Amino acid sequence: MRQYEVNFIVDPVLSGDEIKEAAQTYVNLIQENGNKIVHVDEMGLRQLAYPIKKRTTGMYYCVEFQNDDNTFIPKLELALRRDERIMRFLSVKLDRYGVEYNEKKRNGLIGKKDDKREKLKEDIKQIKKEAARVVEPTAKSEEE
Amino acid sequence: MASREDIKFLNNPNIGKKRKKYCRFRRYGIKYIDYKDPDFLLQFINPQGKILPRRITGNSLKYQKKVAIAIKRARHLAILPFVADNMK
Repeated sequence: MRQYEVNFIVDPVLSGDEIKEAAQTYVNLIQENGNKIVHVDEMGLRQLAYPIKKRTTGMYYCVEFQNDDNTFIPKLELALRRDERIMRFLSVKLDRYGVEYNEKKRNGLIGKKDDKREKLKEDIKQIKKEAARVVEPTAKSEEE
Repeated sequence: MASREDIKFLNNPNIGKKRKKYCRFRRYGIKYIDYKDPDFLLQFINPQGKILPRRITGNSLKYQKKVAIAIKRARHLAILPFVADNMK
């Protein structure tokens, strides 16, 4: 069982639904051909490092899947190449370290961004707690 | 008059000594280089966006090749630029 990763950039000029539809067609295409989808990562709108087709931003998607049929990848790439909604794509075969890394990343073990998010979440919790403390006495005092 | 002990501190023996370079992937056990992480790959390119040679990064051959592949993949996906004026 080989594990692959397909990245593609969807044209950001399309409406939100159309972008999601474009991504979903490829997720469906992968699923229909008997492949097991491991993870669909929607990386969101990102600034491109250089303009592609006169666009400076793009919606990034990354689909990780398991596949045994080696005729499927050329099929998928052909479909991506023919689609005008897709600005760029890249398919990569993952080695075992890549699979391990992606699993860790999904669980939030790698990456500074996740740490920051967790810290933010904790901060927000604390703020809410303190806010509740502050609000309650004032509410009582108002009642009095 | 400078005694012998003073002279010892006047010329620092560590000046001019080069710190030994090492391969960070071997030392810290990094097995996979993520091509979607531009902040990490930024360590291996110069301000013009060129890949730094092994004699500067100190990477072992195995990982230098992997770094190069990761940077090229990132460039294809417009995560890193092909050419830049001032990256850092």
